Amino acid sequence: MNKTWNNRAWFMVLPVLLIVALNAVIPLMTVVNYSVQETFGNNLFFFEGTKWFEEVLASERFHAALGRQIIFTMTILAIQIPLGVIIALAMPKSGVWASVCLVLMALPLLIPWNVVGAMWNIFALPDIGLLGYGLNWLGFSYNFTQEAGDAWFTIILMDVWHWTSLVVLLAYAGLQSIDNAYYQAARIDGASTWSVFRHIQLPKMKNVLIIAVLLRFMDSFMIYTEPFVLTGGGPGNSTTLLSIDLVKAALGEFNLGIAAAMSIIYFLMTLLVCWVFYTYTMKGDEA
Amino acid sequence: MAFDLSWMAWTWHTAVFFIVIACLIAAMGVWEYVSPGGGPRHGVLGLNTTRGDRLFISLLGSAYIHLAWLALASGPLWWATVLCLGYAVLVFRFV
Repeated sequence: MNKTWNNRAWFMVLPVLLIVALNAVIPLMTVVNYSVQETFGNNLFFFEGTKWFEEVLASERFHAALGRQIIFTMTILAIQIPLGVIIALAMPKSGVWASVCLVLMALPLLIPWNVVGAMWNIFALPDIGLLGYGLNWLGFSYNFTQEAGDAWFTIILMDVWHWTSLVVLLAYAGLQSIDNAYYQAARIDGASTWSVFRHIQLPKMKNVLIIAVLLRFMDSFMIYTEPFVLTGGGPGNSTTLLSIDLVKAALGEFNLGIAAAMSIIYFLMTLLVCWVFYTYTMKGDEA
Repeated sequence: MAFDLSWMAWTWHTAVFFIVIACLIAAMGVWEYVSPGGGPRHGVLGLNTTRGDRLFISLLGSAYIHLAWLALASGPLWWATVLCLGYAVLVFRFV
């Protein structure tokens, strides 16, 4: 069959290109411009070359924030992905309770990020918060405003509470798409629950789980509002993740050059990981 | 109405950087026009890539090479750029 090529259809993409240019490309260009200059305000800039990049790459502060960020992201991925799959497996497949579970699961996702931070701040306060007071009452010495370990425990718990639902919903959608014939065949073969999970459910959920990992990686790697409202990056700098450090540099210290260089390095890291995940997903689909 | 772009803090260095990237994308468009289909290939990374993918891999890799140069090496940054050109040639040839 001869196809008729009509490249005028590409004009349909122009509005999207315009929006992306305005909200992504132009700000990114400005950040690149800032990253090679120094400013003291009044729109006056002085060219500095690659100085800010060299400073950021050698900066212990940046290395520490990056290290904390990687630990945070890996920890929440290691908890949320298995937990999300377990909850999705335990949820009813149909009926009223399936709907009830889905609504309950969706609830944390509907709460604005700053509200989540404020809620958990009050919830975890050692003198009046249910969590903080309860832990101290049980004999644990817990104070997230003074102890770095407690602050980490609280932000991880908060993130798990807020975002595991997303993994659950994606995994549940993946499970629902599995044809019943696979389960019937497994029953005939006398397959164990583990075998059904390992050889039917997990392979069928692969693509949605890759999307879940990608979304959770990007969101957690760029997280700002919730830990900022909960701990403000403290105690000390113990929960100062990359975004919080970036905002401190840009707005707190008005080091626009350093903040811009940090942003570009941060952007390149996110871009690389997303590309690897995307390529892996596409490769899986081609196979 | 005057179109004020001073807030973007342009320098000729960054302008050249973006012009080069825009020219590369335009050149890819011309290449696609002259030889349609994107030149798909199964390269050494085990991936199916087109010319656009190879340009992306070249640009992303070049950014990392420049950063690594700034972090680890002491010579002029131009050497990193030359290294990136060699890297891009390898990517377009084998990836």
